[in-house]
Amino acid sequence: MMRLPWFRHHAPDTLAEAARILAGEGPNAMLIAGGTDLLPNMKRRHQSPSALISLARVEGLKNISNGSGGNGEMRLGAGLTLSDVVHCAAVREKYAGLYQAAAQVATTHLRNMGTLGGNLCLDTRCNYYNQNYEWRKAIDFCMKKDGDICWVATASKRCVAVSSTDTAPALIALGAKVRLFSATGEREVTVADLYNNDGMDYLTRRPDEILTSVLLPAASGWNSSYWKLRRRGAFDFPVLGVAAAVKTASDGTVEEARIALGAVASRPFLVEKAGGLLVGKALTDDAIAEAGALVASRAKPMDNADLDIYWRKGVVSSFVGYALREIRGDDMRVTRLRIARHAL
Amino acid sequence: MSTRKRFDVVGKPRRRVDGRSKVTGLTKFADDVVLPRMLHAKMLRSPHPHARIDAIDVSRAEQHPGVHLVLTGRDFPVSFGIMPVSQDEFPLAPERVRYVGDPVAAVIAKDEQTASEALDLIEVKYTPLQTIATPEEALAHPEARIHEYGEHGNIHRIQAYEFGDVEEALAKSDHVFEDLFFFQGNTHLPIEQHASVAAVDGEGKLTLWSSTQVPHYIHRALARALQVNAAHIRVIACPNGGGFGGKCDLHNHEIVVSRAAMRLGRPVKICLTREEVFYMHRGRHPVLMKFRTGVMNDGKITGMHLQTLLDGGGYGSYGAASTFYTGVLQPVSYELPRFKFDACRTFTNKPPCGPKRGHGTPQPRFGQEVQLDKIAEKLRIDPAELRLNMVAKPNSLTANWLRIGSIGLAECIRRVVDISGWKDKHRKLPEGRGLGLACGAYMSGAGLPIYWNKMPHSGVQLLLDRSGQVTVFCGATEIGQGSDDVLAAIVAEVLGIDAFDVRCVTGDTGLTPIDLGSYSSRVTVMMGNAAIQAAERLREVLAEAAAEHLEVSPERIVLAQGRAFLAEDPGRGISFRETVELAEAKHGTLGSVGSYSPPRAPARYKGGGVGPSPAYSYTACVVEVAVDAATGWITVPRVWIAHDIGRAINPVSVRGQVEGSVYMGLGEALMEEQVFRRLPPKLSGALVHKIPSLLEYKSLTSLDMPEVETVLIEDPDPNCPFGAKEVGQGPLLPVMPAVANAVWDAVGVRIDEVPITPDKVLRALERKAKGENPRVGPESFPAVPYPEPICVAPPWEGGDGNASKEKRKAPARKLEGMAAS
Repeated sequence: MMRLPWFRHHAPDTLAEAARILAGEGPNAMLIAGGTDLLPNMKRRHQSPSALISLARVEGLKNISNGSGGNGEMRLGAGLTLSDVVHCAAVREKYAGLYQAAAQVATTHLRNMGTLGGNLCLDTRCNYYNQNYEWRKAIDFCMKKDGDICWVATASKRCVAVSSTDTAPALIALGAKVRLFSATGEREVTVADLYNNDGMDYLTRRPDEILTSVLLPAASGWNSSYWKLRRRGAFDFPVLGVAAAVKTASDGTVEEARIALGAVASRPFLVEKAGGLLVGKALTDDAIAEAGALVASRAKPMDNADLDIYWRKGVVSSFVGYALREIRGDDMRVTRLRIARHAL
Repeated sequence: MSTRKRFDVVGKPRRRVDGRSKVTGLTKFADDVVLPRMLHAKMLRSPHPHARIDAIDVSRAEQHPGVHLVLTGRDFPVSFGIMPVSQDEFPLAPERVRYVGDPVAAVIAKDEQTASEALDLIEVKYTPLQTIATPEEALAHPEARIHEYGEHGNIHRIQAYEFGDVEEALAKSDHVFEDLFFFQGNTHLPIEQHASVAAVDGEGKLTLWSSTQVPHYIHRALARALQVNAAHIRVIACPNGGGFGGKCDLHNHEIVVSRAAMRLGRPVKICLTREEVFYMHRGRHPVLMKFRTGVMNDGKITGMHLQTLLDGGGYGSYGAASTFYTGVLQPVSYELPRFKFDACRTFTNKPPCGPKRGHGTPQPRFGQEVQLDKIAEKLRIDPAELRLNMVAKPNSLTANWLRIGSIGLAECIRRVVDISGWKDKHRKLPEGRGLGLACGAYMSGAGLPIYWNKMPHSGVQLLLDRSGQVTVFCGATEIGQGSDDVLAAIVAEVLGIDAFDVRCVTGDTGLTPIDLGSYSSRVTVMMGNAAIQAAERLREVLAEAAAEHLEVSPERIVLAQGRAFLAEDPGRGISFRETVELAEAKHGTLGSVGSYSPPRAPARYKGGGVGPSPAYSYTACVVEVAVDAATGWITVPRVWIAHDIGRAINPVSVRGQVEGSVYMGLGEALMEEQVFRRLPPKLSGALVHKIPSLLEYKSLTSLDMPEVETVLIEDPDPNCPFGAKEVGQGPLLPVMPAVANAVWDAVGVRIDEVPITPDKVLRALERKAKGENPRVGPESFPAVPYPEPICVAPPWEGGDGNASKEKRKAPARKLEGMAAS
């Protein structure tokens, strides 16, 4: 079997201590929470950190505060496992899109280990990169690790590895923020701003920062939905994620809307104008189709993940339709079963 | 064999005799073998698809702390290969590498990590050679020649057979259907990665524990590869965590650890990574097929001309047999008066293909069953009726001289039609939903071994002692299919005891009589018949001893439920243990042997040895699909399948095999593909496996499995133990074409290749919307230089099973009356 490279391991108890060790170890250190992404990658020598700083024992990272500020906001600790998020009743009730996204990450076993923060910081993926050392050597490596070229787009100056987090597009559509903590201070950024469209430098998080929590805005009046395209009902990373959140008036008129895409670029992103297109209208079939066409035009799948890229682009509008129709209140259970292979 | 009609063990659903240790994780697989002072091996593999090795410098690796030995091609002067005709592999490549992943050196070190580190210190200088990526390229480029042997250029095998004048039959047909199909390659994907441990004892004798389906073949081939007396080698096949044909070859690593253990005098272990398992491969050949089939207005077939082109990969493996199997079993399901079959296997710079569940037959079966669906559509005949109207007759010969015994195909078709509600649903469901039907047939064991000999195919030895202990020895290999359970059940049935009271010692060339191995669905039939013979011989001895004690004649004694008693007075009897004591007192140590050889095949022509079997199993399957017209997304909610098992020894195991076949078949139908990526030559030119990982090589997960309703058709076959035929491979065959036919019924598009993916369905739907041919599949068949055929007259055209000297320009012959043998 493949073996892990050697590394030092720290298991601090407090955030301050973790931040201090991280700053002290410098950029060759990495944080580890569930390890479901990092450890397999280390076995393939994608990352060979000199030290791992475990967040498992750090106090406070598993907190949930639901509307304690009186403003209807909810704060989720980044150390909550994805299973914790899935089983949180308040998340299911108020933020269906996040629940649906978390419930479709990998398998039960991996959700029991993998964390919300880990999923947000997930390494970008590419089938020229997610291979073992010997395979990558056979193609003379790629720019994301040990090489110079991008094999997906040989003329590209940047790496086009694909963002494969499910929870990020859901949180972008919900208008969420994350809190970043370091030895020198603390800051909040929107989830959308956590990412660069660069397969190598894909996070705006500084190497000395720890993602500690996710802040969800008040859910009143909002409905949300997440639809994931993957080959199988379990296990697979997304090759398309469509997240939508819509705030409607009592008469069904859209007051505010956001649609975000995952797995079609090196970052998850908010589709500009898609929300605006819906504002002031009811979610009619026509409005949904119009939004679907606009969103589809922004999807740029690359030939570095599963399934045919033209087909993946071609089905974006259908997936936007699934999400918006679910928000509209259509009974999507049959379609959901066909796509996700389990009820959500 | 006992004439008793009632069975106590056979046919009863039982927990498998090895079931508890499997589910509690106590079964010892090869990777669980840990020996004192054991070292670990890793192999350095070629990063080039095709290259000459100019130099290998291992000096730095040898000096790496913890490294005990570094081996290269120089340490292995003798080539090997599983078939006598294809001795084309080296344990470590001496001068040429033929695919990315071909091993060139091995490091034996104190642990895996150290061995891996040392691999990076080995310097190999290569001169890249032209890469042959596809069969088309192989045909177009005889140079660079991948192997110096074979037919010519990069053609490994090329052959043609004609059983009756097919052109004449087509000319006289009401319709001739011509179709091209492509079956993409896929791999076995056993959950257990191959592992081996080799050790020498104090006398220098070698033992190899390995994940293998064929310890006897490994024993023979290993002795040759190492140039060691076979009597000094013992091969132990550990229980396999899945085989499916991927553990039927002698593998490089098995020879490497054996040589290393002999050199170092210490045990050496290797466990392949998942990537390496993809490189070992020996899986399903990608096959391009051309069918020309003559049909009368009533749907009956007059003749078929099948041409196949196989992508063999870098080595021979079982390819010579695989090439035959892309055609020879076509005639065993339906009446086929005349048959012409041309086949060609090419070498390419990819991991070698070989036998995977169904070995060579799922590909042409896919083509045939989809073409039958097209024929039924065109002639407006129900596809089930079309097939029922021409099911081959029992106890008949086929055009290519295969002897069919029992055939439960018609009953299989009737039952799946019945339970699926076929008549109410086929062509009647709303747009987007559909049903497809297909059938399959498979051998219950190959009629010939892979090397020529006149000895039995399976041997069983029984040992009884006064404690009542029954131990059965057989070379058969438990690869998860349940062969130990079948062995125990058969012995238990004959001796009248519980299957759990039989101890199985299997798959060990040092202890057990030879069985050729767990391949070609041969074990139940061959091992089972040998076991019956051995057990019957002991039963006689026991019955005699009991009869003497009870003062009756031996014919009146029944052995059942752990006792020996009088048939007409069951109260009068003694326990099994007492019976054994009496017999041991009378005869001394109690033992017996049994063996089995398949019946001689009627075919007399060269090549006629591939295809004969003691019995053929049959399967019919109906698959329901739902296809989304906007995305092409395919869902399979339900599968109904009926399998002609002859008799189920353990119905729970049989159903498990059927469901496992549906699982694997749906994977092949919908997503699995062993595909490669070629980088531009001006960059690196590499031809690499696109997705050698359990995550990215897509096969179904449990969430993707449909409801499966299984029916077992039991019509005992006289050639088989208690009538039991095979189930390990046959039920896979109809699944893929049934999915393709269901997609047609659902949305009216033909996907003439597997896998059937949503992008292909959507492309075909777009063509349909434009009024074009609503089909996705191969568009052309290259010019393959097939030779003049070997002509063999079918039985009903005056043949005797021999090839005729020259191509017969026979006068028109009547096609009627072909079914009788």
